[in-house]
Amino acid sequence: MRGGRNGHGRLMPLWLLLPTLAVLVPLFAYPLYQLGLLSTLEFGQPQVSGGVPARFLGAGNYTTLLTDGEFWTVLAQTVGFAAACVVATLAVGAALAVLLTRVDRVPRLLLSFAALAAWAAPAMTGSVVWMFLFDTNLGLVNEVLGLSGYNWLYDRDVAFLLIGAVVVWHSFPFVMVTLYAGIQAVPKPVLEAAELDGAGPWVAWRRVIVPILRPILAIVVIQSIIWDFKVFTQVYVMTGGGGIAGQNMVLNVYAYQKAFASSQYGLGSAIGVVTTAILVVVTLFYLRALRRTGEAL
Amino acid sequence: MIIRRLGGLVVATLALAACAPSTAQPADTGDAKTGTLRVWLFDEAGRAPKEALVNEAVAEFRAAHKDVSVDVSYLATDAAARAAKFKGAFNDPASAPDVTEFGSTDLAGYVAAGGMADITKDIDGWSEKGDVPADMMKTVTVGDKAYGLPWWVGVRALYYRTDLFSSLGLAAPTSYAELVEAAKRIRAAQPELVGITVGGQYVFGALPFVWDAGGDLATRSGATYTATVNTAASKAGVKAYTDLFAPEICPAQQCVDLTGGKTVSTFAAGTAGMGIIGNFNRSAIDAGPVKGKYAVVPLPGAKPGTIAPAFAGGNNLGVMKATKHRTLAVQFAQLLASKKYQLKLYDALGNLPTMTSARAEVVAKDPFLKPFMDTIAAGTRFVPADPAWTTIDSQKIVINMLQKIITGKATVDQATEEANTLMNNAFAGK
Repeated sequence: MRGGRNGHGRLMPLWLLLPTLAVLVPLFAYPLYQLGLLSTLEFGQPQVSGGVPARFLGAGNYTTLLTDGEFWTVLAQTVGFAAACVVATLAVGAALAVLLTRVDRVPRLLLSFAALAAWAAPAMTGSVVWMFLFDTNLGLVNEVLGLSGYNWLYDRDVAFLLIGAVVVWHSFPFVMVTLYAGIQAVPKPVLEAAELDGAGPWVAWRRVIVPILRPILAIVVIQSIIWDFKVFTQVYVMTGGGGIAGQNMVLNVYAYQKAFASSQYGLGSAIGVVTTAILVVVTLFYLRALRRTGEAL
Repeated sequence: MIIRRLGGLVVATLALAACAPSTAQPADTGDAKTGTLRVWLFDEAGRAPKEALVNEAVAEFRAAHKDVSVDVSYLATDAAARAAKFKGAFNDPASAPDVTEFGSTDLAGYVAAGGMADITKDIDGWSEKGDVPADMMKTVTVGDKAYGLPWWVGVRALYYRTDLFSSLGLAAPTSYAELVEAAKRIRAAQPELVGITVGGQYVFGALPFVWDAGGDLATRSGATYTATVNTAASKAGVKAYTDLFAPEICPAQQCVDLTGGKTVSTFAAGTAGMGIIGNFNRSAIDAGPVKGKYAVVPLPGAKPGTIAPAFAGGNNLGVMKATKHRTLAVQFAQLLASKKYQLKLYDALGNLPTMTSARAEVVAKDPFLKPFMDTIAAGTRFVPADPAWTTIDSQKIVINMLQKIITGKATVDQATEEANTLMNNAFAGK
């Protein structure tokens, strides 16, 4: 009797997990497993539709990838670009969140509305519209600046700057809204106490608000890293698949070019696995750092 | 206990999932004589005339086959979209068409993907077979099997603005040096124009210069290709083309990311003195402000009076391997590729017929074609007929090479050497 009850009690968490597993296994574990399997095969168009048997390569695709100089260039570019985008998104988002707490109702509504509109714009639409504005020969920006014939995608860094601006434009509203909600939730008495102790706005932000917001910041930072590391649409659409001579290639576009444009599904999967591994490591490091500072997520 | 059970669950799940990635086997084909025949054709800038002649062919076909309906869809011609569409058809035979138009350069890749039906025997029994010249049959043949019917061909030549040339006292260029000279004069006189519109993504605009210099992308030895883009001759050709992206001809900033299609619209918009444009683009040019203000000569080679070899492009009609209406599909393809409809296609779009007698007819009645026929007579060339070409094309190996040189990121030596290695990897299936 006791044993039965205990057994029931111990099984309980498993039963409670079942609905989650029912969703996660088909939607997450299975595709991931297929991705891993594909990455060990020679799997191209002839294998998919031509009846040619898939050949097991073991680590072959990974060797090809890791010995390819282009992969390392693309990886370095992706890390640099994502880091810059994360910092810029957080800076813009946080600054505007603070601004929201300081302005009156009407400007606050206007700012929120503008930000939400940018957030709601599909990445595809946003990118296309920005490229209309920055078109070499017919764009409004070149017209206004008197730069007719200036190609914004010609120089690698200028092109990245422009793409980065669009990425930030798309993603800062999430940061802004989240942080604004967080700041609003900071207890007034704490802020008043800080003020009584002689803390100016900057010190209050650094020493009072940021520590209270840390869990929210953690979510926002991880989200931003993952988003910006995996950026695809903006780069693909704005640079026509990787830029002049492939100079604006980032990891996800590179994977797409290998997997789908040139039908090397096996190699593309290997890139996918590497991307996933990098993101898992980044997230683990971040969670560990959070633990150390005594904050549970 | 829980851990062990969970572990068991995971193992069970993996065992369930442990099947290999799906490999669509060539589907069970059929030969139904009724139902719907699905046809894919390429969209055109002005589709209406093409649609009209296709509808006429459909009506004729249905008159002979009462229980058959024909469903024609038009594919976006942009290369990436088209490739995705075809891949979808190969991966999911149920959504594949029965008859499709395809670009001759893509055939080797499509055959390797198991997408196209071998119709050698059907062609042997075709009443109009004798009228198809041997070099045209080559564009539908992989190994010793034929996978399509040649439908139309296109070659590119040099379009130039007669109004600009006469006001500057220039004659149509007869050598590369004269072409460069004329381009510089035009841009010097009217700095808002480019001397000649060329593009960093315009591979078929660049290749004639490589071929004229005696080079080539790759040469065939036995069954395999070896890249030869790093030879001295090829490099000279690559340099000749990329030298046109000088500030005083077609500035790199403006021209480095143009595709062939974009150079056509640049010339049509009246912002270029010259362009390397196909006979099949005539209607697009005539739709713009330069109508009546241009003429065409063969693209000159480096040696005065010679013609740079042109790329012999063109589209064919094939039957998909997955078709469930094989006989009907072949019959419809044969109808559309017949002399009658090739002539109608020429009237509609200006696409050159492939059949010898049809070609003779249109050339006799239209002097516009002379420079293009002269170009064909001087000898045309083709890209490597190997499945690897699809890879080379989609990985933009040649485009990246051109763009690196144009933007000054690499010298001609470095860029051609790199492209050569990448192309050899592609031929080796790496």
